[in-house]
Formats: sequence, C-alpha cells, structure tokens
Amino acid sequence: MVIANLAIEASALAIRKVGKTFRAADGSSVCALADVSLSVDAGELVSLIGPSGCGKTTLLRLIAGLDEPTSGEVRIGAQLIDGPGAERGLMFQDPNLFPWLTVRHNVQAGLVARGVLRRHHHEVEEFMRLVGIEAFANVYPHELSGGMAQRAALARALVNHPRVLLLDEPLGALDQFTRMRMQDEVLRVWEARGTTMVLVTHDIDEAIYMSDRIVIMTPRPGRIESIIDVSFPRPRPRNSPEFLKLRAAILEMLHFTGNGQSR
Amino acid sequence: MAVVSPPEQASTLAPASRSRGVPAVLAVLAPVVAAGVAYSVHAFVPDKQEILLTWLTKLPDWQHPFVVLVAGVGAASILAALLQSVWQPSRSWVRHYAPLMAGALFVLTFWDVITAKKDWLEQPYFPGPDEVFASLLEDRRILLDSAWHSLILLLSGYLAGVLMGVTTGVLIGWFPRVRYWGMPVLKIVGPIPATALIPLMMMISRHTYPCAVALIGFTVWFPVTMLTSSGIANVRLSYLDVARTLGAGRLYLIFRVAIPSALPNIFIGLFMGLGASFLTLIAAETLGVPSGLGSYLLWRKGAMEYAKVYADLIVMALFFSTLMTILFKLRDHVLKWQKGVIRW
Repeated sequence: MVIANLAIEASALAIRKVGKTFRAADGSSVCALADVSLSVDAGELVSLIGPSGCGKTTLLRLIAGLDEPTSGEVRIGAQLIDGPGAERGLMFQDPNLFPWLTVRHNVQAGLVARGVLRRHHHEVEEFMRLVGIEAFANVYPHELSGGMAQRAALARALVNHPRVLLLDEPLGALDQFTRMRMQDEVLRVWEARGTTMVLVTHDIDEAIYMSDRIVIMTPRPGRIESIIDVSFPRPRPRNSPEFLKLRAAILEMLHFTGNGQSR
Repeated sequence: MAVVSPPEQASTLAPASRSRGVPAVLAVLAPVVAAGVAYSVHAFVPDKQEILLTWLTKLPDWQHPFVVLVAGVGAASILAALLQSVWQPSRSWVRHYAPLMAGALFVLTFWDVITAKKDWLEQPYFPGPDEVFASLLEDRRILLDSAWHSLILLLSGYLAGVLMGVTTGVLIGWFPRVRYWGMPVLKIVGPIPATALIPLMMMISRHTYPCAVALIGFTVWFPVTMLTSSGIANVRLSYLDVARTLGAGRLYLIFRVAIPSALPNIFIGLFMGLGASFLTLIAAETLGVPSGLGSYLLWRKGAMEYAKVYADLIVMALFFSTLMTILFKLRDHVLKWQKGVIRW
C-alpha cells in the first residue's frame, strides 16, 4: 500500500484504468477509451500516437479535466483531477488565441484569470521572448502567421508554469518546414523549463524526433497497444539508421507495413 | 467612410481613373459648373410658385438662402479645385467628393425647377428649396432646441434599452435555465411593435416622458437581447476550454471570453435597435412630449407650414445619420481586432 502510494507520487501524471464512454442522443454509446493506464515522470516528454478514433484526444481532455472519465482516475502528483486547472496547460491544433486580445494580452490571460497579473507581470515579456514573439506583442491574432500564432499559444500555455503541458496536435496545421522548426522550438522550451509534456500527434516522425517515450494507441475501443522508449540522444537526425528502424517498427505495430495490405 | 488613399497611391491611380472615363479636371470642376447652372436657373427662370414667407419676399435677391448656399458651395468648389492642384494630400479627397457635390447641386436645381419655377406639384405641400432653407433659418433656434430634447429622450431610452438588453441577453445566452424560461417570453413579447403599446402606456401612467423613455427602451431591448444571447450561446467552445485550462473562473468566462466574443453580434443588435428607436422616438413624441423633432413636425403640419416640415426633415436626416455614424465609429474602435468589417 505504502509502496503503491510512493509510486504514484514519484510520477508527475498517473492515469489508472481510465475508461470513457460517450452516450449519443439516440441512446447508443461509444467506448472511446477502455482500461488505459499510464504514468508519466516529471520532466518527461511522452507522445500519444495512433490512427484517428484511438482516443488520444479524449485521453488528453481527461487529463486536462475538460471531460470526466467514466471509470478509473487521473492524478497530478497525488492530487485527483476533478476539473480543469492552471497546473495543466493545454495547446490545441488551432492556436485558439482570443481574437479580441493582442498577443501580449493573450499571453498574460492566464495570469489575469488567476488574478496574479501584478505579481507575475515581468514574466509575460520573458515568455514572449522565450518563444520569439516579443516583436508581435501588440499585434492582433488575425495578423499573425500560423507558426507565430502557435508560438503565442505556447507562451500563453506556459505563463502559468504548468506542471504538465498537454499538446493536442499543436503543429498539425502547419506546413512541413514551419512544423519542423516548431518541433525544435518546443524541444528548446521543454529543455529550458523542464515541463512535463504529453504530446498527441499522428505524425510518427514527430513522435520519434521529440519524445522520451511513444505510446501507441489503437482504436475501437481506444487502448494502449504498446509503449516504446526512444533511448537514442537528441538531436535526432531524421535519416539516421536508428530513427528509420524505429519508424519501421512503429509502422509495423500500427499494421502499415507498406505491402499494400494495411488494416 | 471616406477611403483616403496616401498621395503616392493617388498619383499612380490618377491615369487609371482617367482611362476609365471621367478626367480628373472634369470631376473637380463639376460642382463649380453645377453651382453655376443652379444659380442661373434660380436667377433667370421666373418664379411661378407663390412664396408664403412674407419676410423672404422682401429680401433682395442676393440675400436669399438658396442663392447664398449655391454661391457658397460654388466658391468652396473653386477653392477645393485650386487646393487639390497645389496640395497633393487633398487631391484624392477632393476628387472623391467633387462629383457627389455636383450631384447634390443637380438634385437641388431639379427641386427648384419642379416647385418654385414650374409649380408642377400641388401646393402648399411642395415648397421650393429657397423657402425650405429660409424656414430652416427662421426656426433654427426652435429646431436646435427640438433636436436637443429629442436627443435627450432618445439617449435615455436607448441607453436604458441597451443596458437591459445586454443584461438579459447575457443571462439568457449563458444560463440554460434562464434560457428555458426567458426565450419564450422574448420570442412572444419582443416582436410587439412598441408603438402598439402606446395606448397601454397612456393608461398606466399620466407622465408622458417616462412612458416615451420606456417605449424606446423596449424597442431597443428586443434586438439587443436577441443578438446578445445568440452571440453568447454561440461562443466557440474551444475558447472556453482554453480559458478554463488557464485557470479561469465563471466571471472570467462570462466577462472576458463570452461577452468579447459576442461583441460583433451585440453591435448588430445595437444597430438594429438604433434604427428602430428613431421610429419609436418620433411616434412617442406624439404622446404629448412638449418639445422634440417629432412634436415640431406635428405642430407645423397642423399649421399647414410645409416648408417648415421639410426643414424639420432635413434636421432629422442630419440628426439620425450623425447618430448612426457615431455608432459606426464606436464599433470600428471597439472591434478593431476584427478583420473585414462592414463599412457605413
């Protein structure tokens, strides 16, 4: 018993036997997640990957506290999650910047919401500089490019010093080049701040390039197929033998072997 | 609003506009010519219509308001034409407005011809422009005073209606239970034309002023509530999700997410409410409000002084369009974060 508790507290994020069933209006129900367990260490960067419908976004929303699990529990440290909180930042595929606020006011939104703007005011500049948008501080979101908007969203998510940063395909809408540059940006921020990150992606290369561990999920019902440690050091050249080998292994696990018989 | 292009852009555009037809010189000189035509018609075509204002008939020709106005516009047009040839920044502005000014003068001339000059329309319902402008001058104090009283009445009612409308709109849009009970009431009571409530109002209270304020407020309340509640109810859920993960409480969600994101909708309600409030204002003044543009209209019509009715209409046109313009300016300022807004 004591040992179990210690194990929970050692991890930044613990998901235990979580299931989520959505009930449709016609009375039928869809099992989005079944019996998912995962623990993420402090400072770890974990990717959730899998085809659409595997429940990776559902799992992220459960961690964020935006939805409640049907069964099981999610803990941050020792604390049971029963709603959204500032200690878990969230970034979507769409930057979702508030269009009526300038970049600066977007970034400091978390401080305003928690009523601590005065005390932490100086950090706003710091975070804008960290992600490289200080030149756009007084610009409205509709004037930003996709990459810049996503940087602003990252700064906004970081300003509350979240213990866990949840990233829901944050780079999915960006073009290939911006995307690769932003992967380095996110990694740089991760190394600089030591924030625990859970990244949902459907890009295998992105998962290998960035993660400490890759969680492979499969659909109907959504569950964890396997968890892979990515042990080779960063930066990881995208054409190195170990990169390509891991890529092939993951494709095989997801039943995309390239023989024209994917299922 | 005027789109004033920067000078370097104007100079590159000049050849293009010339090739499209009207040379810039013609456009700029058009109001000067139009003023000349308006004056010639007025001075040399004999009057057929009888002027009812006796003091006006005693004035020497060159002091007649119509003549002074046309001469003034003509002189201003000459100055503007000269100005734009030496001072580049004024060029695009002058070229933009000169044809419009010419058009206005043309309309004035046409009006002068069909009334004062040819007397084609039935008297005394269609006085000539000279008489109307003279009435405007003669009654300027009363008209200003009426406009002032109308403004106070309109603003009291409008602001009360907006305050009520935004409040009920936010409540109905945000709280499902309020929506359940409030929406049917809104849908049934809201569309009643405020003017239909006048008899009821007169029964409830003997004081006409608060009745008029309430009527205008009611007129404004309905569209503002409707648009506000739909704006609040349709806030993008992801904005709310983001705010909640940033640690936002309910107050932040309502006042800093839902209301700002509903602002474009709310402004549509404000515009609809303003337009409707003009109508109710004039109708409400018939309740017996002692002074106002609507009461003035009734009074002068009762006395068969149609030139003064038209003078009042001119003041109303300026009055209402100024209020609309102010609201548009406010909207442009508040919604400067929006791209692609409708122009006035």
